[in-house]
Amino acid sequence: MSRGTTSGRVEARFATLRKEGRAAFVPFIMAADPDYATSLEILKGLPAAGADMIEIGVMYSDPMADGPAIQAAGLRAKAGGARVTRTLEMVRAFRAEDQDTPIILMGYYNPIYIYGVEKFLTDAREAGVDGLIVVDLPPEEDSELCLPALDAGMHFIRLATPTTDDIRLPAVLANTSGFVYYVAVAGITGTKSADTGTIHAAVDRLKRHTDLPVAVGFGIKTPQQAGAVAEVADAAVVGSAIVQTIADNLDADGKALPGLVEKVLNFTRELSSGVRNATRQAAE
Amino acid sequence: MSAEPNSYRTGPDEFGHFGIFGGRYVAETLMPLILEVEKAYEAAKADPSFQAELDEFLKHYVGRPSPLYFAERLTEHYGGAKIYFKRDELNHTGAHKINNCMGQILLARRMGKKRIIAETGAGQHGVATATVCARFGLECVVYMGAPDIERQAPFVFRMKLLGAKVVPVTSGTATLKDAMNDALRDWVSNVDDTYYLIGTVAGPHPYPAMVRDFQSVIGVETREQMMAAEGRLPDSLVACIGGGSNAMGLFYPFLDDKDVRIIGVEAAGHGLESGQHAASLTGGRPGVLHGNRTYLLQDDDGQIIDAHSISAGLDYPGIGPEHSWLNDSGRVEYVSVTDDEALDCFQLCSRLEGIIPALEPSHALAHVGKIAPELPADHLMVMNMCGRGDKDVFTVADALGVKL
Repeated sequence: MSRGTTSGRVEARFATLRKEGRAAFVPFIMAADPDYATSLEILKGLPAAGADMIEIGVMYSDPMADGPAIQAAGLRAKAGGARVTRTLEMVRAFRAEDQDTPIILMGYYNPIYIYGVEKFLTDAREAGVDGLIVVDLPPEEDSELCLPALDAGMHFIRLATPTTDDIRLPAVLANTSGFVYYVAVAGITGTKSADTGTIHAAVDRLKRHTDLPVAVGFGIKTPQQAGAVAEVADAAVVGSAIVQTIADNLDADGKALPGLVEKVLNFTRELSSGVRNATRQAAE
Repeated sequence: MSAEPNSYRTGPDEFGHFGIFGGRYVAETLMPLILEVEKAYEAAKADPSFQAELDEFLKHYVGRPSPLYFAERLTEHYGGAKIYFKRDELNHTGAHKINNCMGQILLARRMGKKRIIAETGAGQHGVATATVCARFGLECVVYMGAPDIERQAPFVFRMKLLGAKVVPVTSGTATLKDAMNDALRDWVSNVDDTYYLIGTVAGPHPYPAMVRDFQSVIGVETREQMMAAEGRLPDSLVACIGGGSNAMGLFYPFLDDKDVRIIGVEAAGHGLESGQHAASLTGGRPGVLHGNRTYLLQDDDGQIIDAHSISAGLDYPGIGPEHSWLNDSGRVEYVSVTDDEALDCFQLCSRLEGIIPALEPSHALAHVGKIAPELPADHLMVMNMCGRGDKDVFTVADALGVKL
């Protein structure tokens, strides 16, 4: 299998953090939630609020791995005009000002399939996207998007889960690039939380099978939890708690209340501090 | 399309593909679970004691075989083809759904699962699932759209009588597709003890093939019964399609009989041009939803559009992947019928045959009514009467402006 040259941003960011001896903080927002302009303003503010890398959700009508908070974010985004083209436009606008912070798009396969895989990879790369997390594409369907993405120099970041056993793990890791995303709980986003000991053991297991950085997400809601994860993993991802902050700052018509962007960025700063103040235990 | 295959009965391949359709588009958390179901099903299929146990329950609990009935007065009415009904509405719980539920519940027991989850639209599959769970003493949780719970109160009460918990679905657009999403979310969150009993020939591999296999008893019986009645195979088969399990069950055993014309009938709702319909094949295009690639109702951004049909059982924006393949390969013809056409036939069949059909097979019957008059009297046509209409009397009364 051939692998194209990546943008290099993901590798560079993890290399820098390794030197600093800390984990990455990775916030998630849904593109165009609650509307395009507000969402772009949040996105542009995230690096200064401590985001080392950013996941942007690509709205899909049927997000089967997501809990209530991100489902609601998707519905708001749809009302806010979210489309694949608009999401790429948002990344392009962000890249005009920030050339270093890696951007990972996260979503489901159908919108990409309908956009057209080759065209999507070309347009996403051109817009400044560094990697993809596509929830409903397990290794069994690698020929759909994973292999073309790797060919095109786009990271394809796979999810490993508590149900991924040692027999299955090598297949899951085989075509993963950039980093591995460990789903900390068997469940949907934003609901259950795993304890640190369990996460530590899971990350250690992954590290025995791969040299790639390991990010951990699902169920991380507070600066304390983010900090605890940062002690044992290479990155902590927070999604539902951030989009819930957006939900909590809307008026009755779903429009952004004054101060929404600042509140979201303040919360992001707290989460990021949790990660930055963590004492690393992870053996490199 | 590619050249005609040697057999239409070899699919799916080991990855669950029917041509480009089917597959396993699920989150990694679920992947080990569906592999476990596949392995358990393959083992059960190869075990004669499993089939023997299933046969016993189909005979004594479900009431199989269902009759193949010559609909004499409808045949006279249309004045053409000789019309037979495959009477799957006479099964326990009133529809074909129980055939599949019985097969899967025996599989779940073999796998040692204690908790069964299911999605339901109108409630027919929910009732069938609750029924087999009650019979085997297993916990049952049914996901159902909140508006459907309002509309189908008798079904909801039946499920509760049978001991099931009915969970209202408010996510997304709160329809059948969202009930399926919530069932998948439940499964992801309860991976150790739970079995997902999918009600149609959709979902990730192995479900489309497994549900087809369990429903194929319909077509297998039809072959034998038609041979006994007429000494030859039927000339045509007609069945309605939502997800498409009753149709796959009737069609599958005949796919390699080239002289048997096979027709699937989708729900055209208010008409294809209205945009309010459930005809995924005639009005949709291929995409990926609920673990498989198939024809879907969707917009140009790949967002799924809600289906509409007067028949809640056909109200799904997708269709089983094997139907998509049979469509593209040309083996099966797919047509559509509107709400109004189905309503007319609902009443016609009730008056002429003394059989109140469900709104779902009323769609199939409406297409029978379109083609039967043009066919010769020695043309043998089988329509799958896959459900009884008792459940639909409120909907039909409402549509006819009658207050009950």
